[in-house]
Amino acid sequence: MKKSTQRKIIVYLVVIIALIVIMFPIYYAITMSTLSLRQSYSYPPRFIPSVHAAQNYKTAWNTVNMGRLILNSSYISVVVSVAKISLSILAAFAFTYFGDFKGKFFFFGAILITHMLPLPVRIIPTYELMKAFDWVNSYRALTIPFFASATGTLLFRQLFLTVPTSLSDAARIDGAGPMRFLTSILIPLSRTNIGALFLIEFTYMWNEYLWPMIITNTPDMRVVQIGVKMLLASEAAAAEWNVIMAGTIIAMIPPLVILLVFQGTLLRGFALKEEK
Amino acid sequence: MQTRFTNRFLPYLLLSPSVAIVVIFLVIPTIQSLYLSFFRISPFGDRKIYVGLSNFSKLFESEAYWNSLIITLIFALAVVAIGISLAVVLASFLNLKLRGMTTVRVLMIWTYAISPALAGTIWALMFDPSSGPLVYIVRQLFGVRLNWMMSGNIALVAIIIAASWKMLGYNIIFFLAGLQMIPDELLEAASIDGASPVRRFFRITLPLLSPTTFFLLIMNTLYAFFQVFGLIDVMTRGGPGDATEVLIYKLYRDGFVTMDTGYASAQSVVLFVFVAILTVLQFKYAERRVFYG
Repeated sequence: MKKSTQRKIIVYLVVIIALIVIMFPIYYAITMSTLSLRQSYSYPPRFIPSVHAAQNYKTAWNTVNMGRLILNSSYISVVVSVAKISLSILAAFAFTYFGDFKGKFFFFGAILITHMLPLPVRIIPTYELMKAFDWVNSYRALTIPFFASATGTLLFRQLFLTVPTSLSDAARIDGAGPMRFLTSILIPLSRTNIGALFLIEFTYMWNEYLWPMIITNTPDMRVVQIGVKMLLASEAAAAEWNVIMAGTIIAMIPPLVILLVFQGTLLRGFALKEEK
Repeated sequence: MQTRFTNRFLPYLLLSPSVAIVVIFLVIPTIQSLYLSFFRISPFGDRKIYVGLSNFSKLFESEAYWNSLIITLIFALAVVAIGISLAVVLASFLNLKLRGMTTVRVLMIWTYAISPALAGTIWALMFDPSSGPLVYIVRQLFGVRLNWMMSGNIALVAIIIAASWKMLGYNIIFFLAGLQMIPDELLEAASIDGASPVRRFFRITLPLLSPTTFFLLIMNTLYAFFQVFGLIDVMTRGGPGDATEVLIYKLYRDGFVTMDTGYASAQSVVLFVFVAILTVLQFKYAERRVFYG
């Protein structure tokens, strides 16, 4: 056998084994969501799907009012993504097209510092602040504190720096103001990055757990992640894994769909930023 | 340098929303964390008593805190090492121009979309002591009955596996993006010169990927410190005993369950020192890169 064929076989073998190992938990979760309670506790465990999916998904959906939770999660994820993208485009525009205005580097540092302050280092005062604003258990508390994005600002700044100067010169000669230039030239040019950033921020917000858990306290304000935890915790005696997995699958679908839609964008968006 | 629009107020106006958010929700609360760490809340919760550094001395005299610190370091080290080394090997295979790789790529990066909490739920099922498939497989192969609800070590291994698995998609995405930057000619030239694939990987691919690797080291460390709360809360809640009580979980317990505000704030300050060190490293060694998180 030729050496290159041998190598190909090794590569495929490793990839297939890795794929099985990585995908098995998902496969098993899906299988579990189709079993009856009795089947779910059989020993040895059952690895082949059964026919009880509809029942399990219905139970999961109704037990924790999944419709409402999905609505909440979708709302906060979309609002935060859109706000983060908008604010960071505005900030990046200010940093790239207005020369060295007074305080520029101070403000740049101020936005970058976001990286240094993840929620846990300021969680108690932030919670107290929400109480002071009377925002506890509200959409405002779930969204507004997340609006600043150092990542987005850096990403768009880097992109704007690579835009040919001729474009902004032409815009100026045509008498277009800065905002006009931003909306009709820069934003359309940033589509790939906007897509990549939307995927990142939506997923980030959808998967947020600690803050929603602390800041909300009524069932109608809960988010999907907490819903799955409620399914897990609500069974006093033993976990009803079939129902819990049905809930888990429901909860992971929205970011997965967005990943599938934007995954090309993601790779290209990242590749782009490497140019400097 | 880009063309300048001359407008005296516009840049400030454009920056004001971002800066306002950062100041109100990030900078001020962080300073307050530091401030609160010097106080103790009176038993009735109505008064703050200045106690100097006693929250910090209590912290570093506490065996439970040291335990938590050591567990966090073991956990972070394992998650970072496993996640990154697996991802770099897999990504370099996925990057080969072979049939079917594009499809496989999509399947391998999708753990990125799964939250730590959901990853924890799925792995709690895998490790279920009575009927979990992993427990079953290990019992068939080695005759050992794993029970992560009884054994702290097994629980720690379980959360390490779950956390690394969840991060694999993210790491593979970044390595794939990094690999796209390596010119094909370079690897081809090395190949013509007779370098074996393994040698090419260690001598060319790995060194050229080092900015990506470094970036991922930082991001994975941050993840292991801060983002795993949901995973732990779903799987072990810090148990059994305090075998998996990582710093972030301990902070939550002391701050929001036992409501020891000053003590928890001191823990926040310690965490801040960790992040500050990481951030400085990040800017020092990888200043031209964009960070996602």
